[in-house]
Amino acid sequence: MKKLALLAGLLGLVACIFVPTLLKSHGIYLFTYWLIYVIASMGLNLTIGYAGQKSLGHAAFFGIGAYTVAIMMQAGYSFWIGMPLAALGCFVVGLALGFPALRVQTIYLAFATLGFNTAVWLVMRNEEWLTGGTFGINNIARPEVFGISLDGNLAYYYLVLAFAVVLGLLLWGLLNSPWGKAFTALRDNPIRAESLGVDIRSYTLLSFAIGAAYAGIAGGLFGSLVQFIDPSPFTVEASIMMYLMVVVGGPGYFLGPLLGAAVGVILPEWLRFAQAWYLFVFGTAVVMLMIWLPDGLLSIPDRMRAKRQSREASAARAAAGSQRNAEGVKA
Amino acid sequence: MTQSTNQPVLKVTDLKKAYGAIQAVGGVSFEVRPGEIFGVIGPNGSGKTTLFNSMLGQITPDTGKIELNGQDVTKLGPLELNRRGVGRTFQTLQVFGKMTVRDNLIVAAQEHQGTMFSRMFAPSDSNLGDKADALIDQFHIKHVADKKAGELSYGQQKLVDIAMAFMSEPDLVLLDEPCAGVNPSLVGGISTLLKDLNKTRKGSFVVIEHNMDFVMDLCHRIMVMVEGKVMAIGTPAEIRANKQVLDAYLGN
Repeated sequence: MKKLALLAGLLGLVACIFVPTLLKSHGIYLFTYWLIYVIASMGLNLTIGYAGQKSLGHAAFFGIGAYTVAIMMQAGYSFWIGMPLAALGCFVVGLALGFPALRVQTIYLAFATLGFNTAVWLVMRNEEWLTGGTFGINNIARPEVFGISLDGNLAYYYLVLAFAVVLGLLLWGLLNSPWGKAFTALRDNPIRAESLGVDIRSYTLLSFAIGAAYAGIAGGLFGSLVQFIDPSPFTVEASIMMYLMVVVGGPGYFLGPLLGAAVGVILPEWLRFAQAWYLFVFGTAVVMLMIWLPDGLLSIPDRMRAKRQSREASAARAAAGSQRNAEGVKA
Repeated sequence: MTQSTNQPVLKVTDLKKAYGAIQAVGGVSFEVRPGEIFGVIGPNGSGKTTLFNSMLGQITPDTGKIELNGQDVTKLGPLELNRRGVGRTFQTLQVFGKMTVRDNLIVAAQEHQGTMFSRMFAPSDSNLGDKADALIDQFHIKHVADKKAGELSYGQQKLVDIAMAFMSEPDLVLLDEPCAGVNPSLVGGISTLLKDLNKTRKGSFVVIEHNMDFVMDLCHRIMVMVEGKVMAIGTPAEIRANKQVLDAYLGN
Protein backbone atom coordinates (compact mmCIF):
# COMPACT_ATOMS: atom_id res chain seq x y z
CA MET A 1 0.00 0.00 0.00
CA LYS A 2 2.79 2.37 0.96
CA LYS A 3 4.76 1.43 -2.15
CA LEU A 4 1.72 2.13 -4.29
CA ALA A 5 1.32 5.56 -2.70
CA LEU A 6 5.00 6.28 -3.24
CA LEU A 7 4.72 5.28 -6.91
CA ALA A 8 1.62 7.44 -7.34
CA GLY A 9 3.44 10.34 -5.69
CA LEU A 10 6.47 9.95 -7.99
CA LEU A 11 4.32 9.72 -11.12
CA GLY A 12 2.40 12.77 -9.97
CA LEU A 13 5.65 14.66 -9.45
CA VAL A 14 6.90 13.81 -12.94
CA ALA A 15 3.56 14.96 -14.35
CA CYS A 16 3.78 18.16 -12.31
CA ILE A 17 7.21 18.88 -13.76
CA PHE A 18 6.42 18.22 -17.44
CA VAL A 19 2.73 18.80 -18.03
CA PRO A 20 2.80 22.58 -17.45
CA THR A 21 5.46 23.01 -20.18
CA LEU A 22 2.75 21.90 -22.63
CA LEU A 23 0.16 24.31 -21.27
CA LYS A 24 -0.76 27.85 -22.18
CA SER A 25 -0.42 30.65 -19.70
CA HIS A 26 -3.88 30.17 -18.18
CA GLY A 27 -3.30 26.46 -17.68
CA ILE A 28 -0.01 27.11 -15.90
CA TYR A 29 -1.72 29.70 -13.72
CA LEU A 30 -4.41 27.18 -12.82
CA PHE A 31 -1.81 24.52 -11.97
CA THR A 32 -0.02 27.00 -9.70
CA TYR A 33 -3.32 27.89 -8.05
CA TRP A 34 -4.00 24.21 -7.49
CA LEU A 35 -0.57 23.56 -5.92
CA ILE A 36 -1.03 26.49 -3.55
CA TYR A 37 -4.28 24.97 -2.34
CA VAL A 38 -2.53 21.61 -2.10
CA ILE A 39 -0.05 23.16 0.34
CA ALA A 40 -2.82 24.78 2.37
CA SER A 41 -4.91 21.62 2.53
CA MET A 42 -1.87 19.49 3.40
CA GLY A 43 -1.68 21.58 6.56
CA LEU A 44 -5.40 21.31 7.17
CA ASN A 45 -5.21 17.55 6.58
CA LEU A 46 -2.80 17.35 9.50
CA THR A 47 -5.18 19.32 11.73
CA ILE A 48 -8.40 17.58 10.66
CA GLY A 49 -7.42 14.31 9.04
CA TYR A 50 -4.60 13.13 11.30
CA ALA A 51 -5.19 14.94 14.60
CA GLY A 52 -8.99 15.06 14.33
CA GLN A 53 -9.43 18.75 15.20
CA LYS A 54 -12.39 20.20 13.31
CA SER A 55 -11.13 23.60 12.17
CA LEU A 56 -13.18 25.99 10.06
CA GLY A 57 -10.71 28.86 10.27
CA HIS A 58 -8.01 27.77 7.85
CA ALA A 59 -8.60 30.56 5.32
CA ALA A 60 -7.77 33.08 8.05
CA PHE A 61 -4.22 31.71 8.19
CA PHE A 62 -4.09 31.66 4.41
CA GLY A 63 -4.99 35.37 4.59
CA ILE A 64 -2.57 36.19 7.38
CA GLY A 65 0.21 34.63 5.31
CA ALA A 66 -0.79 36.50 2.17
CA TYR A 67 -1.04 39.87 3.93
CA THR A 68 2.21 39.35 5.85
CA VAL A 69 4.19 38.74 2.68
CA ALA A 70 2.39 41.51 0.76
CA ILE A 71 2.84 44.10 3.53
CA MET A 72 6.49 43.19 4.03
CA MET A 73 7.17 43.47 0.29
CA GLN A 74 5.36 46.82 0.16
CA ALA A 75 7.59 47.98 2.97
CA GLY A 76 10.58 47.13 0.80
CA TYR A 77 11.60 43.82 2.33
CA SER A 78 12.34 40.75 0.28
CA PHE A 79 9.85 37.97 -0.32
CA TRP A 80 12.39 35.72 1.40
CA ILE A 81 12.04 37.69 4.62
CA GLY A 82 8.27 37.97 4.39
CA MET A 83 7.75 34.25 3.83
CA PRO A 84 9.41 32.90 7.00
CA LEU A 85 7.65 35.65 8.92
CA ALA A 86 4.31 34.55 7.47
CA ALA A 87 4.99 30.94 8.45
CA LEU A 88 6.16 31.88 11.93
CA GLY A 89 3.29 34.33 12.50
CA CYS A 90 0.73 31.73 11.46
CA PHE A 91 2.42 29.12 13.64
CA VAL A 92 2.08 31.39 16.69
CA VAL A 93 -1.52 32.42 15.93
CA GLY A 94 -2.34 28.77 15.17
CA LEU A 95 -0.95 27.77 18.55
CA ALA A 96 -3.24 30.33 20.16
CA LEU A 97 -6.25 29.08 18.19
CA GLY A 98 -5.47 25.60 19.48
CA PHE A 99 -6.39 26.59 23.03
CA PRO A 100 -10.18 26.51 22.49
CA ALA A 101 -9.67 22.98 21.15
CA LEU A 102 -8.43 21.92 24.58
CA ARG A 103 -11.89 22.71 25.95
CA VAL A 104 -14.33 22.11 23.11
CA GLN A 105 -14.40 19.59 20.29
CA THR A 106 -16.33 18.61 17.15
CA ILE A 107 -18.96 21.07 15.95
CA TYR A 108 -18.34 23.43 18.90
CA LEU A 109 -14.71 23.70 17.95
CA ALA A 110 -15.75 24.28 14.33
CA PHE A 111 -17.84 27.24 15.45
CA ALA A 112 -15.06 28.66 17.64
CA THR A 113 -12.64 28.56 14.71
CA LEU A 114 -15.29 29.98 12.39
CA GLY A 115 -15.65 32.93 14.76
CA PHE A 116 -11.89 33.40 14.65
CA ASN A 117 -11.97 33.43 10.84
CA THR A 118 -14.67 36.10 10.85
CA ALA A 119 -12.70 38.25 13.27
CA VAL A 120 -9.54 38.03 11.15
CA TRP A 121 -11.54 38.81 8.02
CA LEU A 122 -13.00 41.92 9.70
CA VAL A 123 -9.51 43.12 10.57
CA MET A 124 -8.45 42.67 6.95
CA ARG A 125 -11.48 44.61 5.74
CA ASN A 126 -11.56 47.40 8.33
CA GLU A 127 -7.94 48.19 9.20
CA GLU A 128 -7.28 50.17 6.03
CA TRP A 129 -4.02 51.68 7.28
CA LEU A 130 -2.53 48.19 7.34
CA THR A 131 -4.38 46.09 4.77
CA GLY A 132 -5.83 48.64 2.38
CA GLY A 133 -9.34 47.55 3.40
CA THR A 134 -11.63 46.46 0.58
CA PHE A 135 -9.25 48.04 -1.95
CA GLY A 136 -6.63 45.55 -0.91
CA ILE A 137 -2.96 45.63 -1.80
CA ASN A 138 -1.89 46.06 -5.42
CA ASN A 139 1.21 45.24 -7.41
CA ILE A 140 2.60 42.49 -5.24
CA ALA A 141 5.82 41.51 -6.95
CA ARG A 142 6.96 38.01 -7.80
CA PRO A 143 10.11 37.00 -5.94
CA GLU A 144 13.61 36.40 -7.28
CA VAL A 145 15.77 33.36 -6.60
CA PHE A 146 19.55 33.94 -6.71
CA GLY A 147 18.97 36.97 -8.89
CA ILE A 148 16.74 35.07 -11.32
CA SER A 149 13.38 36.77 -11.73
CA LEU A 150 10.32 34.53 -11.42
CA ASP A 151 8.01 36.97 -13.19
CA GLY A 152 7.06 34.42 -15.81
CA ASN A 153 4.18 32.10 -14.95
CA LEU A 154 6.14 28.93 -15.64
CA ALA A 155 9.12 30.06 -13.54
CA TYR A 156 6.84 30.97 -10.66
CA TYR A 157 5.03 27.66 -11.03
CA TYR A 158 8.31 25.80 -10.45
CA LEU A 159 8.96 27.82 -7.31
CA VAL A 160 5.54 26.84 -5.96
CA LEU A 161 6.20 23.23 -6.98
CA ALA A 162 9.50 23.30 -5.08
CA PHE A 163 7.69 24.63 -2.00
CA ALA A 164 5.01 21.93 -2.31
CA VAL A 165 7.58 19.13 -2.65
CA VAL A 166 9.72 20.30 0.28
CA LEU A 167 6.70 20.88 2.54
CA GLY A 168 5.24 17.54 1.46
CA LEU A 169 8.46 15.71 2.33
CA LEU A 170 8.66 17.46 5.71
CA LEU A 171 5.09 16.44 6.53
CA TRP A 172 5.76 12.89 5.32
CA GLY A 173 8.76 12.72 7.64
CA LEU A 174 6.77 14.05 10.57
CA LEU A 175 3.90 11.64 10.03
CA ASN A 176 6.27 8.68 9.77
CA SER A 177 7.99 9.61 13.00
CA PRO A 178 6.35 8.68 16.32
CA TRP A 179 4.45 11.97 16.03
CA GLY A 180 2.24 10.48 13.33
CA LYS A 181 1.05 7.75 15.68
CA ALA A 182 0.56 10.25 18.50
CA PHE A 183 -1.65 12.43 16.25
CA THR A 184 -3.68 9.40 15.16
CA ALA A 185 -4.07 8.28 18.77
CA LEU A 186 -5.26 11.77 19.67
CA ARG A 187 -7.82 11.64 16.86
CA ASP A 188 -9.10 8.12 17.56
CA ASN A 189 -9.35 8.29 21.36
CA PRO A 190 -7.88 11.24 23.29
CA ILE A 191 -8.74 9.85 26.74
CA ARG A 192 -7.02 6.55 26.06
CA ALA A 193 -4.08 8.39 24.47
CA GLU A 194 -3.60 10.49 27.59
CA SER A 195 -3.68 7.40 29.80
CA LEU A 196 -0.74 6.08 27.76
CA GLY A 197 1.37 9.18 28.27
CA VAL A 198 0.47 11.02 25.06
CA ASP A 199 0.58 14.73 25.87
CA ILE A 200 -2.70 15.48 24.11
CA ARG A 201 -2.49 19.16 25.03
CA SER A 202 0.79 19.73 23.19
CA TYR A 203 -0.17 17.59 20.21
CA THR A 204 -3.51 19.39 19.84
CA LEU A 205 -1.85 22.80 19.90
CA LEU A 206 0.90 21.72 17.51
CA SER A 207 -1.55 20.18 15.04
CA PHE A 208 -3.16 23.60 14.77
CA ALA A 209 0.13 25.49 14.68
CA ILE A 210 1.79 23.35 12.00
CA GLY A 211 -1.38 23.28 9.90
CA ALA A 212 -1.60 27.07 10.21
CA ALA A 213 2.04 27.52 9.17
CA TYR A 214 1.37 25.52 5.99
CA ALA A 215 -1.63 27.74 5.25
CA GLY A 216 0.50 30.83 5.89
CA ILE A 217 3.14 29.73 3.40
CA ALA A 218 0.43 28.90 0.86
CA GLY A 219 -1.05 32.36 1.44
CA GLY A 220 2.29 34.05 0.86
CA LEU A 221 2.68 32.18 -2.43
CA PHE A 222 -0.90 33.06 -3.34
CA GLY A 223 -0.35 36.80 -2.91
CA SER A 224 2.64 36.73 -5.23
CA LEU A 225 0.75 34.63 -7.77
CA VAL A 226 -2.32 36.82 -8.13
CA GLN A 227 -0.31 40.01 -7.39
CA PHE A 228 -3.35 41.65 -5.82
CA ILE A 229 -5.06 40.71 -2.57
CA ASP A 230 -8.22 41.90 -0.89
CA PRO A 231 -10.13 40.18 1.95
CA SER A 232 -12.49 38.20 -0.31
CA PRO A 233 -10.45 34.96 -0.72
CA PHE A 234 -10.10 34.65 3.06
CA THR A 235 -13.71 34.41 4.19
CA VAL A 236 -15.39 31.67 6.19
CA GLU A 237 -16.67 30.39 2.85
CA ALA A 238 -13.09 29.84 1.74
CA SER A 239 -12.41 27.94 4.98
CA ILE A 240 -15.39 25.70 4.29
CA MET A 241 -14.03 25.12 0.78
CA MET A 242 -10.64 24.09 2.21
CA TYR A 243 -12.35 21.77 4.66
CA LEU A 244 -14.22 20.29 1.71
CA MET A 245 -10.95 19.74 -0.15
CA VAL A 246 -9.61 17.68 2.77
CA VAL A 247 -12.82 15.70 3.14
CA VAL A 248 -13.22 15.01 -0.58
CA GLY A 249 -9.60 13.93 -1.02
CA GLY A 250 -9.70 11.72 2.04
CA PRO A 251 -8.88 13.00 5.53
CA GLY A 252 -5.89 11.21 7.00
CA TYR A 253 -4.66 10.09 3.55
CA PHE A 254 -1.33 11.68 2.73
CA LEU A 255 -2.10 12.27 -0.95
CA GLY A 256 -5.71 13.30 -0.27
CA PRO A 257 -5.04 17.04 -0.62
CA LEU A 258 -3.77 16.54 -4.20
CA LEU A 259 -7.17 15.23 -5.27
CA GLY A 260 -9.20 17.41 -2.93
CA ALA A 261 -7.58 20.62 -4.15
CA ALA A 262 -8.09 19.45 -7.74
CA VAL A 263 -11.80 19.05 -7.05
CA GLY A 264 -11.91 22.49 -5.44
CA VAL A 265 -9.77 24.38 -7.98
CA ILE A 266 -9.70 22.53 -11.30
CA LEU A 267 -13.17 20.94 -11.38
CA PRO A 268 -14.92 24.35 -11.37
CA GLU A 269 -12.88 25.23 -14.48
CA TRP A 270 -14.01 22.07 -16.26
CA LEU A 271 -17.57 22.86 -15.28
CA ARG A 272 -17.47 26.23 -17.03
CA PHE A 273 -19.53 24.81 -19.89
CA ALA A 274 -22.39 24.50 -17.41
CA GLN A 275 -22.29 28.28 -16.87
CA ALA A 276 -25.15 29.27 -14.58
CA TRP A 277 -25.64 25.62 -13.65
CA TYR A 278 -22.04 25.29 -12.49
CA LEU A 279 -22.73 25.57 -8.75
CA PHE A 280 -25.65 23.18 -9.04
CA VAL A 281 -23.55 20.54 -10.77
CA PHE A 282 -20.66 21.03 -8.36
CA GLY A 283 -22.95 20.83 -5.34
CA THR A 284 -24.65 17.69 -6.60
CA ALA A 285 -21.29 16.04 -7.28
CA VAL A 286 -20.14 16.78 -3.73
CA VAL A 287 -23.38 15.46 -2.21
CA MET A 288 -23.09 12.22 -4.18
CA LEU A 289 -19.45 11.84 -3.22
CA MET A 290 -20.29 12.26 0.47
CA ILE A 291 -23.04 9.64 0.21
CA TRP A 292 -20.94 7.00 -1.54
CA LEU A 293 -17.47 7.87 -0.32
CA PRO A 294 -17.74 9.49 3.10
CA ASP A 295 -14.02 8.85 3.69
CA GLY A 296 -12.97 10.60 0.49
CA LEU A 297 -11.64 9.60 -2.92
CA LEU A 298 -8.52 7.91 -1.59
CA SER A 299 -10.59 5.52 0.51
CA ILE A 300 -11.45 3.65 -2.72
CA PRO A 301 -8.34 1.33 -2.60
CA ASP A 302 -9.00 0.59 1.10
CA ARG A 303 -12.62 -0.24 0.35
CA MET A 304 -11.60 -2.57 -2.45
CA ARG A 305 -9.10 -4.27 -0.14
CA ALA A 306 -11.74 -4.72 2.58
CA LYS A 307 -14.17 -6.18 0.05
CA ARG A 308 -11.56 -8.60 -1.28
CA GLN A 309 -10.63 -9.70 2.24
CA SER A 310 -14.21 -10.38 3.25
CA ARG A 311 -14.73 -12.31 -0.01
CA GLU A 312 -11.61 -14.38 0.70
CA ALA A 313 -12.67 -14.96 4.29
CA SER A 314 -16.12 -16.19 3.29
CA ALA A 315 -14.55 -18.40 0.60
CA ALA A 316 -12.22 -19.86 3.24
CA ARG A 317 -15.18 -20.48 5.54
CA ALA A 318 -17.09 -22.18 2.76
CA ALA A 319 -14.07 -24.36 1.92
CA ALA A 320 -13.59 -25.31 5.57
CA GLY A 321 -17.29 -26.13 5.79
CA SER A 322 -17.28 -28.43 2.75
CA GLN A 323 -14.13 -30.16 4.03
CA ARG A 324 -15.86 -30.82 7.35
CA ASN A 325 -18.82 -32.22 5.48
CA ALA A 326 -16.57 -34.48 3.42
CA GLU A 327 -14.89 -35.77 6.59
CA GLY A 328 -18.29 -36.34 8.09
CA VAL A 329 -19.22 -38.50 5.12
CA LYS A 330 -16.01 -40.53 5.48
CA ALA A 331 -16.63 -41.13 9.15
CA MET B 1 11.53 2.17 40.85
CA THR B 2 10.54 0.99 44.34
CA GLN B 3 12.93 2.36 46.94
CA SER B 4 12.43 -0.34 49.54
CA THR B 5 10.47 -3.55 49.53
CA ASN B 6 8.41 -2.50 52.51
CA GLN B 7 7.14 0.71 51.01
CA PRO B 8 3.71 0.31 49.46
CA VAL B 9 3.45 1.03 45.73
CA LEU B 10 0.11 2.71 46.29
CA LYS B 11 -1.14 4.15 49.55
CA VAL B 12 -4.61 5.66 49.81
CA THR B 13 -5.46 7.47 53.04
CA ASP B 14 -8.96 8.50 54.11
CA LEU B 15 -10.17 9.29 50.60
CA LYS B 16 -13.52 11.06 50.35
CA LYS B 17 -15.55 12.21 47.37
CA ALA B 18 -19.15 13.42 47.34
CA TYR B 19 -21.45 14.22 44.44
CA GLY B 20 -23.95 16.68 45.92
CA ALA B 21 -25.61 14.90 48.83
CA ILE B 22 -24.29 11.49 47.79
CA GLN B 23 -21.09 10.41 49.50
CA ALA B 24 -19.72 8.17 46.75
CA VAL B 25 -16.51 7.40 48.63
CA GLY B 26 -16.59 8.05 52.36
CA GLY B 27 -13.15 7.66 53.87
CA VAL B 28 -11.33 4.79 52.20
CA SER B 29 -7.81 3.74 53.22
CA PHE B 30 -5.69 0.87 51.90
CA GLU B 31 -2.24 -0.05 50.66
CA VAL B 32 -1.05 -2.03 47.66
CA ARG B 33 2.26 -3.79 48.25
CA PRO B 34 4.97 -4.35 45.65
CA GLY B 35 4.14 -7.26 43.37
CA GLU B 36 0.66 -7.65 44.75
CA ILE B 37 -2.56 -8.26 42.84
CA PHE B 38 -5.18 -6.34 44.78
CA GLY B 39 -8.86 -6.85 44.03
CA VAL B 40 -11.65 -4.37 44.66
CA ILE B 41 -15.16 -5.76 44.78
CA GLY B 42 -18.52 -4.41 45.81
CA PRO B 43 -22.06 -4.03 44.55
CA ASN B 44 -23.02 -1.39 42.00
CA GLY B 45 -22.91 2.07 43.53
CA SER B 46 -20.42 1.06 46.21
CA GLY B 47 -17.92 3.67 45.04
CA LYS B 48 -15.44 1.46 43.17
CA THR B 49 -15.45 3.56 40.03
CA THR B 50 -15.17 6.85 41.93
CA LEU B 51 -12.23 5.41 43.84
CA PHE B 52 -10.64 4.23 40.60
CA ASN B 53 -11.14 7.57 38.88
CA SER B 54 -9.53 9.36 41.83
CA MET B 55 -6.51 7.09 41.75
CA LEU B 56 -6.19 7.71 38.00
CA GLY B 57 -6.41 11.48 38.19
CA GLN B 58 -9.71 11.64 36.30
CA ILE B 59 -11.36 13.35 39.28
CA THR B 60 -9.93 15.14 42.30
CA PRO B 61 -11.04 13.77 45.67
CA ASP B 62 -12.58 16.16 48.24
CA THR B 63 -10.15 15.09 50.97
CA GLY B 64 -7.62 12.36 51.50
CA LYS B 65 -4.25 11.47 50.10
CA ILE B 66 -2.97 9.19 47.36
CA GLU B 67 0.71 8.26 47.36
CA LEU B 68 2.60 6.46 44.62
CA ASN B 69 5.94 5.00 45.71
CA GLY B 70 5.91 7.40 48.65
CA GLN B 71 5.16 10.53 46.61
CA ASP B 72 1.95 12.49 46.94
CA VAL B 73 0.10 12.24 43.63
CA THR B 74 -3.38 13.25 44.85
CA LYS B 75 -3.68 16.23 42.53
CA LEU B 76 -1.94 14.83 39.45
CA GLY B 77 -3.78 14.24 36.17
CA PRO B 78 -3.85 11.07 34.06
CA LEU B 79 -0.87 12.13 31.93
CA GLU B 80 1.48 12.77 34.86
CA LEU B 81 0.37 9.58 36.58
CA ASN B 82 1.16 7.56 33.48
CA ARG B 83 4.57 9.19 33.19
CA ARG B 84 5.22 8.16 36.80
CA GLY B 85 4.42 4.54 36.09
CA VAL B 86 0.67 4.00 36.30
CA GLY B 87 -0.90 1.97 33.49
CA ARG B 88 -4.59 1.30 33.13
CA THR B 89 -7.36 -0.34 31.16
CA PHE B 90 -10.91 0.92 30.83
CA GLN B 91 -14.23 -0.77 31.47
CA THR B 92 -15.10 -0.48 27.79
CA LEU B 93 -12.80 -1.30 24.89
CA GLN B 94 -10.35 1.50 24.15
CA VAL B 95 -8.06 0.48 21.32
CA PHE B 96 -7.07 2.74 18.43
CA GLY B 97 -9.24 1.13 15.77
CA LYS B 98 -7.50 2.46 12.67
CA MET B 99 -3.99 1.47 13.75
CA THR B 100 -2.55 -2.03 13.52
CA VAL B 101 -2.25 -4.10 16.69
CA ARG B 102 1.51 -3.61 16.60
CA ASP B 103 1.17 0.16 16.26
CA ASN B 104 -1.34 0.20 19.11
CA LEU B 105 1.31 -1.35 21.34
CA ILE B 106 4.06 0.94 20.07
CA VAL B 107 2.04 4.09 20.65
CA ALA B 108 1.33 2.81 24.16
CA ALA B 109 4.99 3.23 25.10
CA GLN B 110 6.58 5.63 22.61
CA GLU B 111 5.83 8.74 24.63
CA HIS B 112 8.04 7.36 27.41
CA GLN B 113 11.06 7.54 25.07
CA GLY B 114 13.12 10.72 24.85
CA THR B 115 11.54 14.14 24.51
CA MET B 116 8.80 15.36 22.23
CA PHE B 117 11.47 17.04 20.10
CA SER B 118 13.71 13.98 19.86
CA ARG B 119 10.71 11.82 18.92
CA MET B 120 10.29 13.97 15.82
CA PHE B 121 13.47 12.37 14.48
CA ALA B 122 13.04 8.91 15.99
CA PRO B 123 12.32 5.85 13.82
CA SER B 124 8.67 5.12 13.14
CA ASP B 125 8.51 2.29 15.69
CA SER B 126 10.60 4.19 18.30
CA ASN B 127 12.78 1.03 18.54
CA LEU B 128 9.91 -0.58 20.42
CA GLY B 129 9.19 -3.22 17.77
CA ASP B 130 10.86 -6.09 19.65
CA LYS B 131 9.14 -5.20 22.88
CA ALA B 132 5.78 -5.05 21.12
CA ASP B 133 6.42 -8.41 19.44
CA ALA B 134 7.29 -9.99 22.79
CA LEU B 135 3.95 -8.88 24.28
CA ILE B 136 2.14 -9.92 21.10
CA ASP B 137 3.61 -13.43 21.54
CA GLN B 138 2.74 -13.53 25.22
CA PHE B 139 -0.86 -12.53 24.48
CA HIS B 140 -1.18 -15.03 21.60
CA ILE B 141 -2.25 -12.39 19.09
CA LYS B 142 0.59 -12.83 16.61
CA HIS B 143 -1.74 -13.90 13.79
CA VAL B 144 -3.51 -10.52 13.94
CA ALA B 145 -0.47 -8.33 14.73
CA ASP B 146 -0.63 -6.49 11.39
CA LYS B 147 -4.40 -6.15 11.25
CA LYS B 148 -6.19 -2.98 12.21
CA ALA B 149 -7.30 -3.26 15.81
CA GLY B 150 -10.83 -2.15 14.94
CA GLU B 151 -11.27 -5.18 12.65
CA LEU B 152 -10.64 -7.75 15.41
CA SER B 153 -13.17 -9.68 17.47
CA TYR B 154 -14.18 -8.32 20.87
CA GLY B 155 -12.05 -10.83 22.75
CA GLN B 156 -8.97 -10.08 20.62
CA GLN B 157 -9.45 -6.34 21.10
CA LYS B 158 -9.71 -6.90 24.83
CA LEU B 159 -6.35 -8.66 24.79
CA VAL B 160 -4.79 -5.81 22.80
CA ASP B 161 -6.32 -3.36 25.25
CA ILE B 162 -4.79 -5.13 28.25
CA ALA B 163 -1.42 -5.59 26.51
CA MET B 164 -1.26 -1.83 25.84
CA ALA B 165 -1.38 -1.09 29.55
CA PHE B 166 1.83 -3.09 30.05
CA MET B 167 3.94 -1.72 27.19
CA SER B 168 5.58 1.07 29.18
CA GLU B 169 6.48 -1.31 32.04
CA PRO B 170 4.41 0.44 34.69
CA ASP B 171 4.91 -0.14 38.43
CA LEU B 172 1.18 -0.18 38.99
CA VAL B 173 -1.58 -1.27 36.59
CA LEU B 174 -5.23 -0.53 37.30
CA LEU B 175 -7.57 -2.92 35.49
CA ASP B 176 -11.22 -1.89 35.32
CA GLU B 177 -13.32 -5.02 34.79
CA PRO B 178 -10.88 -6.93 32.56
CA CYS B 179 -13.50 -9.69 32.08
CA ALA B 180 -16.48 -7.49 31.20
CA GLY B 181 -18.12 -8.83 28.05
CA VAL B 182 -15.50 -11.54 27.56
CA ASN B 183 -16.68 -15.09 26.84
CA PRO B 184 -16.07 -17.62 29.65
CA SER B 185 -13.37 -19.53 27.79
CA LEU B 186 -11.22 -16.40 27.54
CA VAL B 187 -11.68 -15.43 31.20
CA GLY B 188 -9.32 -18.21 32.27
CA GLY B 189 -6.83 -17.12 29.63
CA ILE B 190 -6.84 -13.54 30.90
CA SER B 191 -6.35 -14.78 34.45
CA THR B 192 -3.33 -16.87 33.43
CA LEU B 193 -1.89 -13.96 31.45
CA LEU B 194 -2.21 -11.56 34.37
CA LYS B 195 -0.59 -14.04 36.75
CA ASP B 196 2.31 -14.52 34.31
CA LEU B 197 2.73 -10.78 33.85
CA ASN B 198 2.66 -10.30 37.61
CA LYS B 199 5.45 -12.87 38.05
CA THR B 200 7.69 -11.76 35.18
CA ARG B 201 7.32 -8.01 35.58
CA LYS B 202 7.03 -7.73 39.35
CA GLY B 203 4.40 -5.03 38.91
CA SER B 204 1.44 -4.46 41.21
CA PHE B 205 -2.12 -4.62 39.91
CA VAL B 206 -5.40 -3.28 41.20
CA VAL B 207 -8.37 -5.11 39.68
CA ILE B 208 -12.03 -4.14 39.78
CA GLU B 209 -14.17 -7.05 38.67
CA HIS B 210 -17.64 -8.50 39.15
CA ASN B 211 -16.68 -12.03 38.19
CA MET B 212 -16.17 -13.47 41.70
CA ASP B 213 -14.43 -16.70 40.64
CA PHE B 214 -11.95 -14.66 38.63
CA VAL B 215 -11.18 -12.29 41.52
CA MET B 216 -10.87 -15.07 44.11
CA ASP B 217 -8.52 -17.02 41.83
CA LEU B 218 -6.36 -14.08 40.70
CA CYS B 219 -5.95 -11.71 43.64
CA HIS B 220 -3.60 -11.95 46.59
CA ARG B 221 -5.76 -9.64 48.69
CA ILE B 222 -9.25 -8.29 48.19
CA MET B 223 -11.01 -5.16 49.45
CA VAL B 224 -14.79 -5.24 49.76
CA MET B 225 -16.52 -1.88 49.40
CA VAL B 226 -20.11 -1.23 50.41
CA GLU B 227 -21.77 2.18 50.24
CA GLY B 228 -18.51 4.07 49.84
CA LYS B 229 -16.79 2.43 52.80
CA VAL B 230 -14.38 -0.45 53.26
CA MET B 231 -16.18 -3.45 54.73
CA ALA B 232 -13.21 -5.79 54.74
CA ILE B 233 -9.69 -6.29 53.41
CA GLY B 234 -8.09 -9.71 53.37
CA THR B 235 -6.96 -12.77 51.44
CA PRO B 236 -9.55 -14.54 49.28
CA ALA B 237 -9.95 -17.19 52.00
CA GLU B 238 -10.55 -14.54 54.66
CA ILE B 239 -13.07 -12.72 52.49
CA ARG B 240 -14.95 -15.94 51.76
CA ALA B 241 -15.11 -16.67 55.49
CA ASN B 242 -16.18 -13.15 56.51
CA LYS B 243 -19.75 -13.36 57.77
CA GLN B 244 -20.45 -9.67 57.28
CA VAL B 245 -19.31 -9.82 53.63
CA LEU B 246 -21.35 -12.95 53.02
CA ASP B 247 -24.47 -11.28 54.33
CA ALA B 248 -23.98 -7.98 52.60
CA TYR B 249 -22.57 -8.97 49.25
CA LEU B 250 -21.65 -12.50 48.40
CA GLY B 251 -25.11 -13.72 49.34
CA ASN B 252 -26.13 -17.29 50.17
